[in-house]
Amino acid sequence: MSGHSTYQPQNRFLQWFESRLPIGGLIHSSFIAYPTPRNLNYWWTFGAILSFMLGVQIVTGVILVMHYTPHVDMAFNSVEHIMRDVNYGWLLRYLHSNGASMFFVAVYIHMFRGLYYGSYKAPREVLWILGVIIYLLMMATGFLGYTLPWGQMSFWGATVITNFFSAIPLVGESITTWLWGGYAVGNPTLNRFFSLHYLLPFVIAGVVVLHVWALHVAGQNNPTGVEPKSDRDTVPFTPYATMKDAFMVVAFSIVFAWFVFYVPNYLGHADNYIQANPGVTPAHIVPEWYYLPFYAILRSIPNKLAGVIAMFGSIAILAFVPWLDTSKVRSANYRPLYRQFFWVFVIVCILLGWLGSKPAEGGYVIGARILTAYYFIHFLVILPLLGLLEKTKPLPQSIYDSVLKHPTSAGGKLEGEPVTASGRKS
Amino acid sequence: MTKQRSLAALVFAGAFAIVASAPAMAMEETPHPPRQSWSFAGPFGTFDRAQLQRGFKVYHEVCAACHSMHLLSFRNLSEPGGPAFTKAQVAALAAQAKVQDGPNDAGEMFERAGRPADRFPSPFPNDNAARAANGGALPPDFSVLAKARSYERGFPLFIFDIFTQYQEQGVDYIVALLHGYEDAPQGVKLPEGANYNKYFPGHAIGMPKPIEDGRVEYTDGTPATLDNYAKDVAAFMMWAAEPHLEARKRIGFQTMIFLLVFAGLLYFAKKKVWSTAPHTPEQHA
Amino acid sequence: MTTISSAEPTRRDFLYIATGAVGAVGLAAVAWPLINQMNPDASTIAAGAPIDVDLSPIADGQVIKVFWRSMPIFVSHRTAKEIKEAQDVDVKSLPDPQPDSARVKPGHDQWLVVIGICTHLGCIPLAHQGDYDGWFCPCHGSQYDSSGRVRRGPAPLNLAVPPYTFVSDTKIRIGDGGQISRT
Repeated sequence: MSGHSTYQPQNRFLQWFESRLPIGGLIHSSFIAYPTPRNLNYWWTFGAILSFMLGVQIVTGVILVMHYTPHVDMAFNSVEHIMRDVNYGWLLRYLHSNGASMFFVAVYIHMFRGLYYGSYKAPREVLWILGVIIYLLMMATGFLGYTLPWGQMSFWGATVITNFFSAIPLVGESITTWLWGGYAVGNPTLNRFFSLHYLLPFVIAGVVVLHVWALHVAGQNNPTGVEPKSDRDTVPFTPYATMKDAFMVVAFSIVFAWFVFYVPNYLGHADNYIQANPGVTPAHIVPEWYYLPFYAILRSIPNKLAGVIAMFGSIAILAFVPWLDTSKVRSANYRPLYRQFFWVFVIVCILLGWLGSKPAEGGYVIGARILTAYYFIHFLVILPLLGLLEKTKPLPQSIYDSVLKHPTSAGGKLEGEPVTASGRKS
Repeated sequence: MTKQRSLAALVFAGAFAIVASAPAMAMEETPHPPRQSWSFAGPFGTFDRAQLQRGFKVYHEVCAACHSMHLLSFRNLSEPGGPAFTKAQVAALAAQAKVQDGPNDAGEMFERAGRPADRFPSPFPNDNAARAANGGALPPDFSVLAKARSYERGFPLFIFDIFTQYQEQGVDYIVALLHGYEDAPQGVKLPEGANYNKYFPGHAIGMPKPIEDGRVEYTDGTPATLDNYAKDVAAFMMWAAEPHLEARKRIGFQTMIFLLVFAGLLYFAKKKVWSTAPHTPEQHA
Repeated sequence: MTTISSAEPTRRDFLYIATGAVGAVGLAAVAWPLINQMNPDASTIAAGAPIDVDLSPIADGQVIKVFWRSMPIFVSHRTAKEIKEAQDVDVKSLPDPQPDSARVKPGHDQWLVVIGICTHLGCIPLAHQGDYDGWFCPCHGSQYDSSGRVRRGPAPLNLAVPPYTFVSDTKIRIGDGGQISRT
């Protein structure tokens, strides 16, 4: 629902340029005049936060590469060189390592927002699937990046993940050898992981462009799930959404700064400060926290191939949610039953994450199995059934109506009843 | 409504059952190291220069016989945020070390006196030599060891740690380890060449007790006890692992203040902007 | 759309101006480390510390090359003939006028220490070549005399003299004693 461009450049040079490459008009119609639902809450700022974090990772990453050496004998020491000798190197490194974690915090909030408000429903299915693709690319990028410091976790995490592919029947071993470039994870592996880690963020950026394009075709969803019906339901993106996004980017940066400056190694693992040793396996190999739920799912299935399929399946299933969820109502605000199951699902994901950090023994395995089963039941059984069986609450007539009845969901000072022209100044 | 509530309750109950049984499922009975108080802990932490100098002395006179610290250079000792040795002291220290250089024009390697830019010399030429001299065990390099050691905090401590900024697991562990040498309890059989240590995971450590009271002479009047050696060398190792810790916390404070102010301004600016949003039917005409 | 009194815009604008100003400061504070990280790091600076060169093995008439801060430094033990030639030149006729006395340390005329980088485009000139008992640069034909001063060719300046001091009569410390001196 992007409006036609009303952009009229004032200055002669800009007019000349605009007639040759209408980028001004594009920016104007996409990010300035673009009609945005007026009732968006703060959960809608995470798209901007994610774009900001992608920028942070690319900038800090490109700079780190100026000082990093992708060779097994020098990688660990080059990272320490950055931490010790490069001007502000410690800051750049901690920004990048904690930035990756913050990137995932933001993406999980963004995804859960989508699941809660039904942002994946028609006509936004492709938007949603592009998001799943971005998420997969982010997971690949994060994995590749984590190997680069060549610590114990880097090496052994790489060994475990690349060994997944050996589970594929017939061709698995060859694929794994092909990935490694050798008979085990080694220097060829590190070099190609480095190349791919530099490449993928730009692929992500490209898919993000598609994602925003798909978004602008359909327009934003909003907390009511009722599409905008008139101009009263929307406000121009700038300055309304821009200011909200700017505020939340800074608020998010406060949390980011807390980690970078005060607890920079909290989200990491101490073992990655030990140089990679192919002859010694750490007591507990754990991936970074953002992979833990999937790690728990992987380990809960006793069969190697089935475990790998379950793990990839648990991500792939997200792409089918637009069709698995049969409800005609988008937003969980009007789906009291679904709302409960949503929060249960959130807790299940958190618990799966916690279990992924535990050794795969005893009660932990039983718990992981129960929760893995529930994870798939949520998508394959609960979502389809709920849509058919749930009694939903009545939807508001329009966004504008919902804003009138719920003054706190809009940004202005509304007191419930519409005010006459003489009463209110804008 | 009640169906959903009991479902949620079931999930919670299951979760708590797992969490509560965690201690019983714990594979490690290694006790948690006691918390020490460190001058560099917390948002305004700084290193105690005298402590770092004493710690360096302990490392240099005792630990360096087996443990390398190959990521540090002599010049680091006089850089800001550290032990604050003078440039002259550093040059003298470096000159005491013998460093291999070369090849010269004849193609031979030769030895020369160390310079401030040189790295700390390693006691062994390579890992294999280190293992051979230590019964097969490799004495770990000290450069980042204080960050390479930690212990499981468990729930809910690991949540609180984000807010209390507890990042000293490594140094607490090191102090505990040095205090942790004791006789093996009844019935515990150690492998050949191992020593019993209460805090070492698995309890069988290759390193024999490395230091005891009176081993190193302190010149600033600090009592020459094992406890002080342990704390001083651990603090030195923390600096070695994080030489920019003070700058990080200082810039962190400035950044947090800035971000809070900026967020506040943006919040009020946002409110101002939104107060102009049209909100009556007439305004939308 | 607005019927606001004139006092209000000032208050509102102040907030926006203040926010913008704080944002600009933040941007500058963020930009600085991103730019400064490309400056030489601590290990590079440390590796560029002064070096000592022992002069005793350098024979009369011999030129040796050492490296300091990755730059080749020529240390030339000049013969009496080379010293006289350097001192007898009419300084005003030089492309880059400079007396020999300004290019050596007092009492140590026989030692010439110059940075071996041609001031044209950076090649390393060859010793004991050219028409002036000095150096010849093979890249574009610049020629330097026995004091390292440019005499012919496209080079605009004399070979630069690095900061150095005599620690003793037989040892110099290159890198100590001030800035690299170009004319």
